[in-house]
Amino acid sequence: MAQQHEKYYVPASSPWPIVGAIGLGLIAFGAGHTVIDMKNEAADGWGSNVLFGGIAVMIVMLFGWFRDQINESMSGLYSNQLGHSYRQGMSWFIFSEIMFFAAFFGALFYARVIAVEWLGGASNNAMTNEVLWPGFEAHWPLTQTPGGTESGAMGWMGLPLYNTIILIVSSVTCHFAHVGLEKNNRKQLTVWLGITIILGCIFLYLQGAEYVHAYEELGLTLDSGIYGNTFYMLTGFHGMHVTLGTLMLIIMFLRVIKGHFTPDNHFAFQATSWYWHFVDVVWVCLFIFVYVL
Amino acid sequence: MSTVAGEMDHHDHHHHAPSGITRWLFTTNHKDIGSMYLWFSFIMFLVGGSMAMVIRAELFQPGLQLVDPHFFNQMTTVHGLIMVFGAVMPAFTGLANWMVPMMIGAPDMALPRMNNWSFWILPFAFAILLASLFMEGGGPAFGWTFYAPLSTTYSSDSTALFVFSVHIMGISSIMGAINVIVTIMNMRAPGMTYMKMPLFVWTWFITAFLLIAVMPVLAGAVTMVLTDKYFGTSFFDAAGGGDPVLFQHIFWFFGHPEVYIMILPSFGIISAIIPAFSRKKLFGYSSMVYATAAIAGLSFIVWAHHMFTTGMPVAAEIFFMYATMLISVPTGVKVFNWVATMWRGSISFETPMLFALAFVILFTIGGFSGLMLAITPVDFQYHDTYFVVAHFHYVLVSGAIFSIMAAAYYWLPKWTGYMYDETLAKWHFWCSLISVNVLFFPMHFAGLAGMPRRIPDYSLQFADINQIVSIGGFAFGLSQLIFLWVVIKCVRGGEKAPAKPWEGAEGLEWTVPSPAPYHTFETPPEVK
Amino acid sequence: QSQLNLTQGVTEISQRVYDLHMTIFYICCVIGVIVFGAMFVSMILHRKSKGHKPATFHENVKVEILWTVIPFLILVGMAIPATKTLFAMEDASEAEVTVLVTGSQWKWHYKYFDRDVEFFSLLATRQDQINNRLDKGENYLLEVDRPLVIPTDTKVRFLVTSDDVIHSWWVPDFAVKKDANPGFINEAWTKVDKPGIYRGQCAELCGKDHGFMPVVVIAKEPAEYEAWISEQEAIAKAEKEEEQRLLSMSMSKEELMELGERIYLGSCAACHQANGEGIPGVFPSLKGTEMVMNDKAGHIDIVVNGKAGTAMQAFGNQLSLRELAAVITYERNAWGNDTGDLIQAADVNDYLNN
Ligand code: HEA
Ligand code: HEA
Ligand code: CUA
Ligand SMILES: [Cu+2]
Repeated sequence: MAQQHEKYYVPASSPWPIVGAIGLGLIAFGAGHTVIDMKNEAADGWGSNVLFGGIAVMIVMLFGWFRDQINESMSGLYSNQLGHSYRQGMSWFIFSEIMFFAAFFGALFYARVIAVEWLGGASNNAMTNEVLWPGFEAHWPLTQTPGGTESGAMGWMGLPLYNTIILIVSSVTCHFAHVGLEKNNRKQLTVWLGITIILGCIFLYLQGAEYVHAYEELGLTLDSGIYGNTFYMLTGFHGMHVTLGTLMLIIMFLRVIKGHFTPDNHFAFQATSWYWHFVDVVWVCLFIFVYVL
Repeated sequence: MSTVAGEMDHHDHHHHAPSGITRWLFTTNHKDIGSMYLWFSFIMFLVGGSMAMVIRAELFQPGLQLVDPHFFNQMTTVHGLIMVFGAVMPAFTGLANWMVPMMIGAPDMALPRMNNWSFWILPFAFAILLASLFMEGGGPAFGWTFYAPLSTTYSSDSTALFVFSVHIMGISSIMGAINVIVTIMNMRAPGMTYMKMPLFVWTWFITAFLLIAVMPVLAGAVTMVLTDKYFGTSFFDAAGGGDPVLFQHIFWFFGHPEVYIMILPSFGIISAIIPAFSRKKLFGYSSMVYATAAIAGLSFIVWAHHMFTTGMPVAAEIFFMYATMLISVPTGVKVFNWVATMWRGSISFETPMLFALAFVILFTIGGFSGLMLAITPVDFQYHDTYFVVAHFHYVLVSGAIFSIMAAAYYWLPKWTGYMYDETLAKWHFWCSLISVNVLFFPMHFAGLAGMPRRIPDYSLQFADINQIVSIGGFAFGLSQLIFLWVVIKCVRGGEKAPAKPWEGAEGLEWTVPSPAPYHTFETPPEVK
Repeated sequence: QSQLNLTQGVTEISQRVYDLHMTIFYICCVIGVIVFGAMFVSMILHRKSKGHKPATFHENVKVEILWTVIPFLILVGMAIPATKTLFAMEDASEAEVTVLVTGSQWKWHYKYFDRDVEFFSLLATRQDQINNRLDKGENYLLEVDRPLVIPTDTKVRFLVTSDDVIHSWWVPDFAVKKDANPGFINEAWTKVDKPGIYRGQCAELCGKDHGFMPVVVIAKEPAEYEAWISEQEAIAKAEKEEEQRLLSMSMSKEELMELGERIYLGSCAACHQANGEGIPGVFPSLKGTEMVMNDKAGHIDIVVNGKAGTAMQAFGNQLSLRELAAVITYERNAWGNDTGDLIQAADVNDYLNN
């Protein structure tokens, strides 16, 4: 570690962070007002304008920031140590994402194991069931809520199973691409990366089809009780991550075509691939806990 | 324009800070960012403190005098939120920014641009939060703990703004924490092994881990509040199969580690100051490290001690009671180590030391009341009374805030290059010490006698106590203006500070001149 | 009665809780004296200004083990009585009287199981006292219109729940504090030794008037209690019959408006405000709004059934037909609404039956 310090790179001042902060500020403010207007059915549109403005600013920021970053990286300013910092930073970021999903998985487990059971009279809640929800029986999936809302439940055969296979395969193809990069086999890299992207898109398409099926045929909606809530929030946030991951993969693809990355300097690619594996692992947990069990 | 630190010895102009407003907007320098964090947190402290003054003024006498109950609740809520997320946490991040690279012999933070981003999110987040107070129906009025369904079905329209502002605060904290943790793991000078790191670095290392682990959970909690209120989900609604208590589990899974996030860096500060002014090495360095880790570890399994009255099964109550009590052991180890460090030292009483000593005593008092709260059957009586308010202000104000003051006095010479005015500082200390106790000590009695928290009006037997408390509150608030004065005076000039103004101080930060050069360790120092 | 310390209360449990509290407090005091004592000794003796030279020790494994183990043992000593007390408190079995306690914004509702008695219990302190226009009475903010009555020397079980947000039912003298969670029922119990009036408050932030939601419990000798509850049953029965009889009667506008105003101020004004204008963004105005001016059926419906997903409660089971009719009439004619509509008990009854 000793010698690496000498080469440490401290970037000069940069406008992008403050642009990013403005972008996030606008998004927060705009999203808040959009949601409020929606609730009051009083949308005059400025909330969502601010929101989209914020998103636009964020996009500009990301392009600018990454452009600087790529230029610096391409001109060899980065040291190994900075590579370590980026990699560790990315790992901790993924850890924080895991904790975010953990909150929703926690809600799912609590609902299944505790809330619904208690409403059905378990543990120290015999009176809860007797007095407040007479006739309610605990079961999971909760196809009939204590309040009486009914909905279907999502099975795991069919689309969900296909999707699981697709994502697992895409993780493998992504790995192949990575190996290709490390062996400096550009063709292997390009082809497998392309396949990964296609698989990601198929996954998203099927997920959309599954939502349509749930809404139209099962009557399972976001507001049909805790089963629907956890189902849509977990799969929905996962879907957002897949979308993001796919976008990242596409950017990597474009950069690969432009000839970026070398076998020992490809942090961005590696981060994307980690992210993709993470998204995959989350799906496997989802598949087990949301669909199968 | 970019620079490789190793080559920078040849580029003299880079040793000076760029000037003008863009210096602050675009900076990637850990010291600039640290200063911005510190000023921001101080401003937030004044804002949050002003809200506390509204609370204290309203509670000065029984009856409704100044504000209506709905506004009172907003004051309580936003006071708590601002003090926690706007004052204490950014102050610690500011200190980490300034001190961690210097203490481990690094040129800067590991990810300097992201560092700037983390900071600049905060003004926006808090502007949104404060702006929501002016909306129709007012801002958040459900306590800083925003229990559902008060924060969902029964809250005012502006809740969405609260939710999104917490989201971006969380993003800021997570990025800040990632930066600290990566800096520590990756940028230590040669020879600076983990077990040689100053305790401030160690405690922040662990704090950063806690932050990354729990801020996303808070994000999850506010997201569920958002969807419950606006999108028809029923996470916290029994009719849909959810449970309001689920909210509390998620919130406190974040919330309890959060309170340790607000105290662990303090432990690090105190562990730097007490040895310096006792002129004696810190007693039990490694046990300090292990104790910190133990506190952090335990903090994940005690959250439900905030929920003893929610009707959990007895087995759960007992588990959380025992686990909570256990935290006293590692915390005790720390307190004993500090006392042992002082023991047979050669003690002098400059202002940083005074604040540190006050910290040890008053934090311990707060810890004792914490232990009392942990005893489930008695917590049924204490819960949601001013006894709890007394507990957490002892650990937060005379704990966290005092440690931040101590840190500021300790490192001000290094930051500004000037010594602060010791006489004024002593005034600040003694005024604060006396008034903080007048402010918070009687709250214990009010709570024991049965005064609930979060009420704008109270029955007559609490009148005298509240009057004393309010007077203490005003006095404590005014005392902080002395601090503002001392800091401004010190920034503008004064007696020149030597590289190491404190005789007994140890650490790399004292090996560089005061004020510390814009880029500190371009060539890493050798640590033996 | 101490104004500065925890109450010893009037039950065996509350006494045990008090003892536990004092024990732990004393232990903390002792530890405090030792720790702070050591600190002060070194602050006084080992100071630089006295020329004290620093020692160089900075580690001692034995001492460190000692001050890890001793606190641990102290904690074990605390945990044992705490656990016992806790088990005793959480055992609500074999109760003789059961009361369902329901919190709502901002009042308590009590319903006796197996008896035909139920009622709301509201803050009785006058608004003028709160606004400092009248002198405050002795039990300022701790008085209600109808206290809960329970028998002494009897195990009474409370089933605690809520209609809207979380409240917490707390009587310090019983050492009972239980959260009222909407949709769930928590159990607590007490066995009061001494007859008397015991006062407590809501102990969970529940919105604007959280500070104005007292609990008052009167404990009576079992015989007196029995007499009281039988009387209440009789009164309740009589009231129901009276209600039916009234259906055929019409009240005059003056009568309706007078009763309506009283009910409005008691039940509605906390949210919609005395001037009917509500709090913008939180509680809707009733002044000149579409529903109040034009939609009679909708108006009756929302008062009787409430509005799901909002703070608007269903008043159908809180007020009598006559009161409902009066308050709706009042709302339609006060503050310059002047619709001239008169709603009679029979109208509301029709609505309830359809
Ligand atoms: C910096 C913040 C901080 C810190 C450090 C602590 C520390 C502790 N807290 Fe505190 N707490 C809060 C901030 C903090 N707390 C806040 C903000 C709330 C309220 C939140 C809200 O509702 O709004 C709260 C509420 C709170 C509750 C819930 C009360 C209720 O609502 O009913 C409980 C209950 O167990 C508790 C316990 C403890 C314990 C056991 C410790 C322990 O860590 C203390 C350990 C320290 C010592 C014990 C002293 C030193 C030790 C010795 C000298 C050794 C020997 C001692 C013995 C063997 C006894 N706290
Ligand atoms: C680190 C956190 C922190 C800090 C520093 C403080 C500081 C203070 N707190 Fe705070 N407090 C909380 C965290 C904190 N608090 C939390 C988490 C809650 C719970 C919220 C909830 O229930 O949801 C709470 C709740 C709380 C309550 C209970 C409210 C209620 O239950 O209704 C009260 C009541 O007295 C109070 C008082 C004070 C006072 C007087 C100070 C003082 O120390 C403030 C001193 C500072 C200043 C006054 C500013 C500087 C001076 C000026 C700007 C000049 C002007 C001064 C004058 C006019 C005199 N706080
Ligand atoms: Cu009801 Cu507080
Ligand atoms: Cu806690």
